[in-house]
Amino acid sequence: MTDYAAPSAYASRQRSRTGQIALRWLLYALLCLFALYYLMPLFVMVTTSLKSLEEIRTGSLVSLPRKVTFDAWATAWSGACTGIQCEGLRPYFLNSMMLAIPAVALSTLFGALNGYVIAQWRFKGANLIFSLMLFGCFIPFQVVLLPMARVLGMMGLAGTIPGLIFVHVIYGLGFTTLFFRNYYVSIPNELVKAAKVDGAGFFRIFWSIFLPLSLPIIVVTVIWQFTQIWNDFLFGVSFSQAGTQPVTVALNNIVNSTTGVKEYNVDMAAAIIAALPTLLVYIVAGKYFIRGLTAGSVKG
Amino acid sequence: MTPILDIKNLCKSYGPVEILKDINVSIVPGDFLVLVGPSGCGKSTLLNCIAGLEPISGGDLFIGGRNMTNVSPKDRDIAMVFQSYALYPTMSVAKNITFGMKVRGVDQATQKAKLAEVSKQLQIEPLLNRRPGQLSGGQRQRVAMGRALVRDPKLFLFDEPLSNLDAKLRVEMRTEIKRLHHDLGASMVYVTHDQIEAMTLASKIVVMKGGVIQQIGTPAEIYNRPQNLFVADFMGSPAMNLIPAKAQKNGNGTKIKIDREAGGPLVLTDTNNPDLPEDVILGLRPEDIAEAGYRTGEHVQTANCLVDIVEPAGADTFVVSQLGGKEVTARLHAETKATPGQPLEFAFDLGKVSYFEPESGQRVS
Ligand SMILES: Nc1ncnc2c1ncn2[C@@H]1O[C@H](COP(=O)(O)OP(=O)(O)OP(=O)(O)O)[C@@H](O)[C@H]1O
Ligand SMILES: [Mg+2]
Repeated sequence: MTDYAAPSAYASRQRSRTGQIALRWLLYALLCLFALYYLMPLFVMVTTSLKSLEEIRTGSLVSLPRKVTFDAWATAWSGACTGIQCEGLRPYFLNSMMLAIPAVALSTLFGALNGYVIAQWRFKGANLIFSLMLFGCFIPFQVVLLPMARVLGMMGLAGTIPGLIFVHVIYGLGFTTLFFRNYYVSIPNELVKAAKVDGAGFFRIFWSIFLPLSLPIIVVTVIWQFTQIWNDFLFGVSFSQAGTQPVTVALNNIVNSTTGVKEYNVDMAAAIIAALPTLLVYIVAGKYFIRGLTAGSVKG
Repeated sequence: MTPILDIKNLCKSYGPVEILKDINVSIVPGDFLVLVGPSGCGKSTLLNCIAGLEPISGGDLFIGGRNMTNVSPKDRDIAMVFQSYALYPTMSVAKNITFGMKVRGVDQATQKAKLAEVSKQLQIEPLLNRRPGQLSGGQRQRVAMGRALVRDPKLFLFDEPLSNLDAKLRVEMRTEIKRLHHDLGASMVYVTHDQIEAMTLASKIVVMKGGVIQQIGTPAEIYNRPQNLFVADFMGSPAMNLIPAKAQKNGNGTKIKIDREAGGPLVLTDTNNPDLPEDVILGLRPEDIAEAGYRTGEHVQTANCLVDIVEPAGADTFVVSQLGGKEVTARLHAETKATPGQPLEFAFDLGKVSYFEPESGQRVS
């Protein structure tokens, strides 16, 4: 009995090994397919943006450019028309910068402070406030458009970049607070106690002890907020006016306002330019992003 | 003298749970108060209340004669070593130690001098540039000590500051703390689980159980005259023998009858304590039971008991026998001839005896 069982067990093990290898290859193939699927649009965008209009008309969508030209990029950056003006994306790109950088910085800073208070200075109602802020994360933005427009009007910030910054800071706070609170809640409260005994006050403790600990979560928050704010269209289109539109709105205008022949290469180049900063942030800080999301408690 | 620390009717609850109940403690400047008690009895909580890190639910707290009940920790002029060390993870050891001085605006030169002094004292000079994460438990503990010692506060609070050190270092640090206490004349509140630390360091011991103070007294009082069965059992190692017995008045003495394994009850005559209840628990420390002939004195009485176990421990030999249905440990000299299964004549020093009421557990004399 056992004499027969041994080789058959061996064979079945062998078979299952081949099965495993096959499964693994299948998995890889599938993953490659997905990756291709995701990269396809980018590929098309990049190649199209490097072709001349002539070539786009005559060639196929997925073929490589026969002659690489950066004309479309130049036009997208400084010549494309967004309605009546034809200054390209540049002024709007600067608008977005002026909007996103302070908004990200402020919302991250306030989120850190909020998280610090809620996690480490437990006061009566801290949990309630935290729940309410969490709730704020899930309010659909369409709901707040009209009230916000009115508030901005009353503050005299309607249609200005500071107004947009204000909106983004307010609506970013829910998430930034959540991030920092969850990070700080795993830090032992004894640190605050020891610092209090050492004579440090609220801000001193935050500045000297908690901020230096927070690099991973700051990176996560900055990436998150930057992506949100840079890519935002709804607030941008609702609360800006002619000179203050962010790049996403301008992009839309470029694509939609061309009359006559559609300049696909310019549209593609403009879209890539508009997306570049978020891409850059991911590449520079992405490593910390993963690390920050999984970072647990702080020992020691 | 105004007490340096005066706690009056302090209560502390977390929500509905009462952790500390009606605590009254007072120490004068230069006192070394040691808090002992089983795990979870509220020692750390009491320290936190003294430091002002936890609000108290009732009572008052005075430091240096000033009512500190509602004063913030930084204005209480205390230094504290935390049970969990609580070192600042992103700062070097040196920065950890000087942080308090920096916050308080002490000048650079003094900071440097103080740092050099304590790091020498605590043997952490080679570690000054490391982060806490790169230290062993014992090293962290010393850094935590250093953070407190650079200050010159009214009151030091120590929460088991030596628990993670090896035996040798612990003895050294114990001596160091004692010397420090002596030199600075500082007042200290000190939590420990170590009996020897408690006995050697304390000028006053507080024994707690379940958030209630069981006894306050000098180490000698706590050791020799425990107020109840809990204190008797908790302090001392090996623990005090607590033997159920029957007391009977007999002329100007009291006959104490104790059940024994063989040879009828053991009878001792106590001439010190005339008024004992009929049922008592007799408490006698192992070192107050010796081999007959090795202990003399007015109140020493001898009796035969069967030896169960013999445990040589170097300097002493511990001998266990059965009395009153309990295992009774005697601390004999190292060369004793006691053999398991054989009777031996013991000397009981009734001058050191404690009696307890079995029901309430309270001391009766
Ligand atoms: N924040 C809190 N909320 C609720 N209960 C708490 C809290 N902190 C401590 N306790 C409880 O208070 C009691 C006393 O805790 P404490 O830390 O003072 O004990 P301890 O005597 O220091 O013990 P150990 O010797 O183990 O350090 C424990 O039962 C603990 O569970
Ligand atoms: Mg404790």
